[in-house]
Amino acid sequence: MSLDLSVYGDLLTALLPELVLTGWGLVLLLVVASRHRTAADLRLAGWLTAVAFATTGVAVWWLWWHSAHAAGLATMIAVDDFRFVTDGLLLVAAGLTTLFSFGYLEREGMLAPEYYVLLVFGTLGMMLMGGGEDLMVIFLGLELMSVCVYVLAGINRRSAAGAEGALKYFLLGAFASAFLLYGIALVYGATGSTNLTLIGAQVRTLGLAHNTMATLGLGLLLVGFGFKIAAVPFHMWAPDVYDGSPTPVTAYMAAGVKAAAFAALFRVLVEGLSGITAWHQIVWWLAAVTMLVGNLIALAQHTVKRMLAYSSIAHAGYLLVAVSAGGGLGSGAFLFYLAAYILMTVAVFAILAAKGRDGERDVTIDDLAGLAQHHPALAFGMTVCMLSLLGFPGTAGFIGKWYVLVAAAGAGQGLLAAILVIASVISAGYYLPVIMAMYMKTEPSAEAHAGVRLDPWSRAVVVAAVAGILVLGVQPSRLLDLARASGATLQAAPVTPTSSPAQLSRSGH
Amino acid sequence: MYEQWVVTALLAWPMLAAVLVLLAPPGWAKHLALGASLAEFALSVPMWWTFVPAGGMQFRADAPWIPAWGIHYTVGVDGLSLFLVLLTTFLVPLSVLGSYAYITSRERQYYALLLVLTSGMVGVFVSLDLFLFYVAWEVMLIPMYFIIGVWGGENRLYAAIKFFVYTFFGSLLMLVAILTLVYLVGERTGTYSFSYEQIMAGLGNLGPTAFWLFAAFFLAFAIKVPVFPFHTWLPDAHTEAPTAGSVILAGVLLKMGTYGFLRFAFPFFPAVAQHPVVEAVIVALSLVGIIYGGLVAMVQPDFKRLIAYSSVAHLGFVMLGIWALTLQSVQGALLVMINHGISTGALFFLVGMIYERRHSRLIEAYGGIARVVPIFAAVLTIVSLSSIGLPGTNGFVGEFLVLLGTFRSHPVAATIATTGVIVAAAYLLWALQRVIYNPLDKPENEKLLDLTPRELAVLLPLLACIVWMGVYPKPFLDRMAPAAQHFVDTVKAR
Repeated sequence: MSLDLSVYGDLLTALLPELVLTGWGLVLLLVVASRHRTAADLRLAGWLTAVAFATTGVAVWWLWWHSAHAAGLATMIAVDDFRFVTDGLLLVAAGLTTLFSFGYLEREGMLAPEYYVLLVFGTLGMMLMGGGEDLMVIFLGLELMSVCVYVLAGINRRSAAGAEGALKYFLLGAFASAFLLYGIALVYGATGSTNLTLIGAQVRTLGLAHNTMATLGLGLLLVGFGFKIAAVPFHMWAPDVYDGSPTPVTAYMAAGVKAAAFAALFRVLVEGLSGITAWHQIVWWLAAVTMLVGNLIALAQHTVKRMLAYSSIAHAGYLLVAVSAGGGLGSGAFLFYLAAYILMTVAVFAILAAKGRDGERDVTIDDLAGLAQHHPALAFGMTVCMLSLLGFPGTAGFIGKWYVLVAAAGAGQGLLAAILVIASVISAGYYLPVIMAMYMKTEPSAEAHAGVRLDPWSRAVVVAAVAGILVLGVQPSRLLDLARASGATLQAAPVTPTSSPAQLSRSGH
Repeated sequence: MYEQWVVTALLAWPMLAAVLVLLAPPGWAKHLALGASLAEFALSVPMWWTFVPAGGMQFRADAPWIPAWGIHYTVGVDGLSLFLVLLTTFLVPLSVLGSYAYITSRERQYYALLLVLTSGMVGVFVSLDLFLFYVAWEVMLIPMYFIIGVWGGENRLYAAIKFFVYTFFGSLLMLVAILTLVYLVGERTGTYSFSYEQIMAGLGNLGPTAFWLFAAFFLAFAIKVPVFPFHTWLPDAHTEAPTAGSVILAGVLLKMGTYGFLRFAFPFFPAVAQHPVVEAVIVALSLVGIIYGGLVAMVQPDFKRLIAYSSVAHLGFVMLGIWALTLQSVQGALLVMINHGISTGALFFLVGMIYERRHSRLIEAYGGIARVVPIFAAVLTIVSLSSIGLPGTNGFVGEFLVLLGTFRSHPVAATIATTGVIVAAAYLLWALQRVIYNPLDKPENEKLLDLTPRELAVLLPLLACIVWMGVYPKPFLDRMAPAAQHFVDTVKAR
């Protein structure tokens, strides 16, 4: 299906998933406005949200199935498989988060149906980020997502830690947005466009590979994105915010927000700024430092949530290796790793939500001692997640890491691959103690795990995610093919730039 | 027919059985596991006859797994791996039977892990695809980690994590080396494949990269063997593991390292492996392992730790035999690998049995028990003599062949290694004297019970092997010779 985006009908078709989700968001707002008092209202909103994500997923699938692509120049929104696959991943993350929020919100007495509204609009922002073909669209998507997540982080109004985390996230996030915007302005100044394809073409035709303004713009963009993906040195907010937020929100942030920011970053770098030579160096260093620092600090953590926060920073480093490798292999590795990462993250937080009570800030690794005796299924799920995060064979995390290593080796980045490997060895030092506590230590008291229970929907989430991790670990071929084919659609299209003399004179030579 | 499915069945059956054991009522777990592992052994035994010594790689099976990356499920057995597979399937039922009394908590999980471990071990020895090999290599880490960490001794957590991290570190470096190797070969030949045979065929001259790749493989395998100075995880893991864990660790897991050298590291990078400096270093490390392992074993107060250190010495012989690169020495190395699995396995069983009675592994806790437990003493003596390498036992044949073969290419190294045999006699005989002879001066030892029929059932097959391989090793050597010769020829031809 070829879509000419200058025709209204085709543009609307290309935006179908976003439109569907927006429609559901508005419906949800109306419903919540009149029904927001009881647990039943909360459940209603939750179900509507789940249906919203499902139907949006169908819309994405429909476009993908008809192999929709843009005829001529994509102006605002990309129409390629990369967008559809990232949309699919984001919807999976959001959908799973929704399902395991049901029990959590009721249990914690957070009868706030606007939670789901924020989830829907946040996801809409993410989808715009992953599909934005123009820096302005990406920025709008990022803001839409961020505003929703700022509120979600502090949605538990009784939690001081939640408020602290949300405020911290908001202040630093506003800073990051400013950096991003300034970067967009500089890139526009250098190339005369905010459209990624045009930027890419201009960088080549105008010879901006070493242009100071363009490089500066790139640097600022990386700062902005680096904040959202929690890459070192822009990671400081992550542990506090992850720690203070309700667990489903943490999962949403760790899986969804990170995935969306990564997708946007990848698209911007590959389609728009790949011609600027400095990005290889910058991303290389970001990846190396993020992997090492994330893993080393995670070693020193006692509470599970903080440990997972630093672990997610480390995983941002692994993903950056795929970004750094670039090319067809890199984008395939990137998508596959993202899929594996989302499954592991959601599953691990869903299990953690079962263990914690009253905001579960303080679930330490030692608190898990003896869990295997009383809840063998939970402990098994947790073990699979830990091994997958560690990158152990038989799990999706291993295939993902393998793919990233293949991409790095293929791009001639042996050193980065070696750093990834060393970082993985370090990570054994904090993933294994979790397994060790659950299986090899005795519980501190007889009632230590008395209240641990997964509600049916959380259980479904955990079962689905853990099964996904195991199946993808043994038989990854189909997803690999999908990731590779979709990643390949992201190559900068060979377009002849329509550079007017006016643009050329503005481009700062 | 049997040739085509046997290896796949050997891999799949223990996994399936593990699920059955997990689902069974707790009381049945050990019996089910015993039955399953005996079935596994029975499945593997016909390989002894159907194996064609000069037939190269056989019992092959091949199926695409992840075609996009050139990854296949390719398995096969040749003279290098045949006996290691048989040793694995032979030791597992004995380990299950030997755990009957020792394992009292969480039995289902324990036996299920033991069965999963079996799949992993067989997988390492039969993989002809580097991806599959790597997966099997890593997969067997987890069950062993749990077996040490959950059912081990007092210091088990430390031992388990040390075991895991050491091996994991080495294997991840190997992973990078595998990827680089496949990439380099793929660049040259145009097909990216993890197939062992395709890589061997398209290897060519890798230039200076070869050294780094060899170094990565070497580290992974050397940690596993373990080659001095990478051995420090071994005494802890062996000592803390439950009896069956120690038996499997010493009997099979250590052989994965030496097998890795024989199958991968040496044939892939023969030029590096035979480079005078590399060779001198590895031969020297093997000799250090033989002598140092023996000397440290001598001063151990803990009987289990003594056996653990003796493993370092025995595996030193294997490394020496491989690097001496003559037909006899390689055959000897293969034989020592099997012998060590049998003799050291038996020793660990014996120490475990006496530990179950007295709850002490210290040598000084015993003394003069030959009068109380004569059968135990007799078995311990025979097994110790076999571990020392007394003529008439299996230990002698292997070490003699290694020394003979080594003498032809490295006379000085062979001479030094011979003193290792004397050291072995010293530490084992001295320990034997302090445990079963000397005066019976501890009242706790006066009421020790002798071996039960179940324990004898564990030990008798091992004793039979000790005598059989000591007196008539020809069937073993015949089946090993063509593979050993092939190994020496291909490596020297490059």
